[in-house]
Amino acid sequence: MSDPQLIVDDLHVRFRTPQRIVHAVRGVSFTVGREKVGIVGESGSGKSTVGRAILRLTAPNATVSARRMAFQSVDLAGASENAMLKVRGRRIGMIMQDPRYALDPVMRVGEQIGEALDGRGLSGAERRARVLAMLEAVRIRNPQRVYDLYPHEVSGGMGQRIMIAMMLLPEPDLMIADEPTSALDVTVRMQVLAILDELVTNRGLGLIFISHDLNLVASFCDRVLIMYAGRIVEECRAEDLAAAQHPYTRGLLASLPRIDARRERLSVLQRDPAWLND
Amino acid sequence: MTAVTSWLRADVTTSPLHARMQRAFYGWLRLRANPLAFAGFLTLVGLVLVAILAPVIAPVGYNEQSLALRLRPPSAEHWFGTDELGRDIFARIVWGARITIYISTLVAVIAAPIGLAVGTTAGYFGGWTDTVLMRINDMFLSFPGLILALGFVAALGPGIGNAVIAIALTAWPPIARLARAETLTIRASDYIAAVRIQGAGPMRIILRHIVPMCVPSVVVRITLNMAGIILTAAGLGFLGLGAQPPTPEWGAMLSTGRQNMLGAWWIAAVPGIAILLTSLAFNLFGDGLRDVLDPRSE
Amino acid sequence: MTEPAMIDVNTLRISFGHGASLVHAVDGVSFTVREGETFGLVGESGCGKSTVLRALCGLNPAWSGDISIAGAALARPPDRAFFRRVQMVFQDPYGSLHPRHTVNTTLGEPLAIHGIGDRDRRIVEVLEQVGLGPAFRYRYPHQLSGGQRQRLAIARALILEPRVLLLDEPTSALDVSVQAEILNLLTDLRRARGLTCILVSHDLAVVAHMCNRLAVMMQGRIVEELDVAALAEGRTATEYGTGLLTASRGYDRRLAAAFVEKTEE
Repeated sequence: MSDPQLIVDDLHVRFRTPQRIVHAVRGVSFTVGREKVGIVGESGSGKSTVGRAILRLTAPNATVSARRMAFQSVDLAGASENAMLKVRGRRIGMIMQDPRYALDPVMRVGEQIGEALDGRGLSGAERRARVLAMLEAVRIRNPQRVYDLYPHEVSGGMGQRIMIAMMLLPEPDLMIADEPTSALDVTVRMQVLAILDELVTNRGLGLIFISHDLNLVASFCDRVLIMYAGRIVEECRAEDLAAAQHPYTRGLLASLPRIDARRERLSVLQRDPAWLND
Repeated sequence: MTAVTSWLRADVTTSPLHARMQRAFYGWLRLRANPLAFAGFLTLVGLVLVAILAPVIAPVGYNEQSLALRLRPPSAEHWFGTDELGRDIFARIVWGARITIYISTLVAVIAAPIGLAVGTTAGYFGGWTDTVLMRINDMFLSFPGLILALGFVAALGPGIGNAVIAIALTAWPPIARLARAETLTIRASDYIAAVRIQGAGPMRIILRHIVPMCVPSVVVRITLNMAGIILTAAGLGFLGLGAQPPTPEWGAMLSTGRQNMLGAWWIAAVPGIAILLTSLAFNLFGDGLRDVLDPRSE
Repeated sequence: MTEPAMIDVNTLRISFGHGASLVHAVDGVSFTVREGETFGLVGESGCGKSTVLRALCGLNPAWSGDISIAGAALARPPDRAFFRRVQMVFQDPYGSLHPRHTVNTTLGEPLAIHGIGDRDRRIVEVLEQVGLGPAFRYRYPHQLSGGQRQRLAIARALILEPRVLLLDEPTSALDVSVQAEILNLLTDLRRARGLTCILVSHDLAVVAHMCNRLAVMMQGRIVEELDVAALAEGRTATEYGTGLLTASRGYDRRLAAAFVEKTEE
């Protein structure tokens, strides 16, 4: 593991609802260096909340607390909203599941990507050149054409690449990707992952890859954190996932259907209340 | 009490009645949680009570004239003063609540089903049915409500019954539009596809599957429109085309009060305030009803 | 493999739109599913697999070609008896259940449509079979979890005792642990009732687990048909099928490069 860029120590997120307080993330600790870290869990495990809490993008009824949550020299837990604006999108980028909702529908793709360069005193031509270079970096074959498209005119896979280009332009050091490929077809998924992989490797970017797909995370990431009911129940190197120890991880793996080994029935995960606390 | 509450809050509902009661109970809780809507609701409940209890609250009756007591300002004896014929305005307002409720209920009962039927039919079938029904709808929509109602009353003759019919005829088109828009979304949903492949016919799909989904927004819409309906009724009354004297219709009272506006402001002001408060109450309640009836908020 | 054909589809074509915007969503698809078999239709979004399924259950009347189910040609519109033979489970259990109908109403509706009596017994029985106890009978969908909703959707499809069950991505909206429960349930019900199934999915692992044979669709056509043993051993016949299989196995840096080169825009 390289030197940690992001340190999260004992992170808690609580949501206040009219009925009760929901403790969605309960004491999560991990670090991220210049590597691909996967966070895997089922719906309600708190994996997405962790991603949002790092950028302090949680809903207004949420309280985020941590013993320590720091990115390089910035204290994320204590930073003011103004200080967070300098972090969000500039030093930590975020990619969402469906790019079509994250892009402004009435703004051309190229202009939208270029917004990330606001306030740098670049001329129009310089700016355009930077955007086109970035579109090329995410393997868009005809960047000139794509520059002038509107979001509804691009496919899901193209949209996700545009999103990645937009997030990469300010040259962040860490990227949080929340189910970035779940809405994509498998072959398109492969392309988007290849691009992310290359960027992490070549630019020394840290990546937090949040997903429900155990196989995908194991094959793509360097390390995997498995979350269950707001806690990390297991942490292992991706290639060791098959040898995971925690009964929840093992249960999840066993419940997956496989292409190459047919079974009459799938084994069903038996949830143990003890997992909530141990 | 706690036994009833825990029954209503039960995680497992054990009968259709139980399930419906629970739904109603949670709706009630959401209404309680919204102070403005609840205030509107209480005002309307108050209005209904006043209407029911009119003979008790105002035993003098709305048409007891006493020329000796003409144009008296509000006092301990006549809370809202008296009008140009010496009638107690308080009594007239109280009895007038009956007419307001009569009009609004009748309009709702006529306009909502017409609007729902036209809107869901047009939305579900589409094509020619949709085109024809919606153009008829547009014809009604293209006149301001009061003008159209005026036309109908002029044709049917003045009177409160005809006013109701006229107002109802102007009130259904917006509801039909709304129901059609909702139906277009609902029609494309998987649960409608599911009932179609169970072999259900169009009538059954519309009545049992689409209408229940449209009812909440229609109820909200008609509640919000109620303010306008009451104002239209008052407008017709004001113009002498609605309720006829001596019926204590608030709009008609406002109209007659106008003649003495400078000397006896209360004759016009009191029914005016009554109309204002009632429409405001309908508006606030309608707005809150949106949350109460939204199935997603459960 | 000598069972008679239960579903026979011959040169099925389905198009949407008119004139210049005419799209051939399904362009000459033929396949046969034998009685008791489960047939998989796989492909990427927009390949027409769900469109085929919707035509098979009578939801899309704008098709041409021949469809016959249990020896009878599919009419347009289908007669009511057809729906007692063919039922469908939809992808999204949050969208396929009427939000204002209780479990009881949802299950009673098909019985009422077909004038079937003895409703109480049938409803309790089918709830039991899909693993929902009688306690669920008077709940609304929003009081059920995703897995419970999908069980209810399956119960609704089965209460008319169909011979053919069409499954449109029945587990893609569910967590993996819940997916395992639903797939097991479908396996059990299929055996107990001798159902013939068509499973549409983008997930090759699910198809490999559930099906006997499968067809790979691309742009409205079947490009390849193979049995599950061939799929498990990676013996795909077309480049497209191989690519799909490779991509489904997870991420591989060496192979991924080929995808980026091959499939731009």
